[in-house]
Amino acid sequence: MGVSRREFLKLAGLTAALGLGTGTAFELLAPGQVEAGEYLRSENALRGKRWAMAFDVKKCLANGEDCRICIDACINEHNIPQYDNPLHEIKWIWKDLYKYAFEDTENPYVSDDYKDKPFILLCNHCDEPPCVRVCPTQATFRRPDGIVMQDMHRCIGCRFCMAACPYGSRNFNWLDPRPHIVHYNPKYPTRRRGVVEKCIFCNERIDVGKKPVCVDACPVGAIIFGDLHDPNSELRQVLRKRFSIRRKLELGTKPSMFYLI
Amino acid sequence: MLEKILQGDRRYWMWVAFLLAVIGVGFACYVYQCFTGLGITGMNRDVSWGLYIAQFTLLVGIAASGLMVVIPKLLHHYKKFIDLVMFGEFMAISAVIMCLLFVIVDVGQPMRLFNMVLHPTPHSMLFYDMIVLNGYLLINIIVGYNTMLADWKGVPPPRWIIPVAYLGVPWAVAIHTVTAFLYCGLPGRHLWLSALMAPRFLAGAFCSGPALLLLILFIVERVTGYRPADEDAYQTLAKIILYAAVINMFFTFCEFFTAFYSNIPAEKHGLLYMFFGLEGYHRLVPFMRTSILAGFLGIFILLVPPFRRNRVLLGIACFAIFLWMWLEKGFGLVIGGFVPDPFGKITQYSPTLPECGIAIGIWAIGALILTFLFKMAIYAKRDGQRM
Repeated sequence: MGVSRREFLKLAGLTAALGLGTGTAFELLAPGQVEAGEYLRSENALRGKRWAMAFDVKKCLANGEDCRICIDACINEHNIPQYDNPLHEIKWIWKDLYKYAFEDTENPYVSDDYKDKPFILLCNHCDEPPCVRVCPTQATFRRPDGIVMQDMHRCIGCRFCMAACPYGSRNFNWLDPRPHIVHYNPKYPTRRRGVVEKCIFCNERIDVGKKPVCVDACPVGAIIFGDLHDPNSELRQVLRKRFSIRRKLELGTKPSMFYLI
Repeated sequence: MLEKILQGDRRYWMWVAFLLAVIGVGFACYVYQCFTGLGITGMNRDVSWGLYIAQFTLLVGIAASGLMVVIPKLLHHYKKFIDLVMFGEFMAISAVIMCLLFVIVDVGQPMRLFNMVLHPTPHSMLFYDMIVLNGYLLINIIVGYNTMLADWKGVPPPRWIIPVAYLGVPWAVAIHTVTAFLYCGLPGRHLWLSALMAPRFLAGAFCSGPALLLLILFIVERVTGYRPADEDAYQTLAKIILYAAVINMFFTFCEFFTAFYSNIPAEKHGLLYMFFGLEGYHRLVPFMRTSILAGFLGIFILLVPPFRRNRVLLGIACFAIFLWMWLEKGFGLVIGGFVPDPFGKITQYSPTLPECGIAIGIWAIGALILTFLFKMAIYAKRDGQRM
């Protein structure tokens, strides 16, 4: 049983049409390439030279050690999957005890105010980020305003950045994260398995003139957000008044998360 | 030449079928991993590299070690190594291919691997690793295959491959140096943060690689009756293994001294976890102690000339030295670097069954490639038109 000449021509014509059609569709959907950051930013975008945060630990602890309002706000905003298995956990912002957060300043006689008390942890958005240095595809990169960004579409999942980050701030999607999202937010993209993700300092909010979601969510105003380069910013004012510490300064990463003691 | 891999006796085909079966099982595990995610491995948030990357590191060393048969021949004109060189190069080819496979199975999005070429990033050490590994593979294929063809035709190898062979010498050093730089430039990973990493990797490679080569050649001799070099050459290679092993052991001692005499906790933690246990966690201890004992055993046998000349004892020494490095570089050193994690907490890692299946499958692919290459090489050497 062969194919008649007529049938062959029909098939060939159909194939060619489909081929052309697909090409056109591609051109329509992706006309040329757009580099990350080339999109016009909103007129309302917050403008800063070096975004940073300070955590008022006293205020935070006074509101209750079990408070996780900022954490839940972040989880719901960014579709962060929730796993029962701590080995597969994805954490953008979370809490851990002082002795773990500042494990290098181990001190058994630390004041009772802080001993075994939880501190807020997240990506430190370093000035000299080791994760950016080691990434082989520039999937993680530093924006001019100091945000260490993560392109989940370029990431090949080599996890070099996880080995390089001295703050344990980077997460890998060991499994498909989508079934593990509890409250789905259609305004923020979900991720797929096999890529790394972390706190991106709510760049999607900063670029439309809003503060990061954890800052807005905190009911006691314990998270102060601002531009380190602006001497009049609220952040700089509070840093002038209060004593602050940062994590693992000796490594030279220049973290931009300050803890007010 | 390639058709020679299709000619063999029953034993040959049974061996090939066995390897294909193992590869099949490994591939099935890999398909499972592809569809489920790397969550099927024992790797996790804290120990984010495991068996795959550790085996990759070991195999870069095995690949680089071809140098130990190339240098005596190429730079010192040691005639007795002439026929060994091709086997060293072929072992390097199969080792580099296994390296690349271990990287491919380790990444979360293998179909995006070419992003490394699309977005070349000179400040990432992985970028250089990609260049040196693929370049080394190419060099060894060019030199090895042309030497074999020349053997087959009974003519001297073409002159143009000589500069390529010379290029292979620094290149081999480069592949393992860059691999060490993947680890030793990371802030906060104190076990790896040592300038000794690259020299130690090279010393470890230059003892474990030739040890594996000798073991394979012993097996080849048993199976085919062919030996590419005489006893003198083997003894020379055994001495090379000995020197490298002693230097490697010395480097390990230096790491211990620096960590424990300085008494800096961060320096000590990784070594403590690997060899003595840390805060009640000691999953690596039996492996690392076996590893170091095997190293001492291998060195002891090779140090005593009558033992070294005994074929059985030499085989045991080679096996012990390979085991030493397999356990240290191919497992413990990478895992130990993640303990304790950046919070001072300890997460223990064990590879899972599918993870081991994939790793064994890759070793079977390497063995199959090596079998094919050695089959052609032996045929060319034995039945080629000798001058």
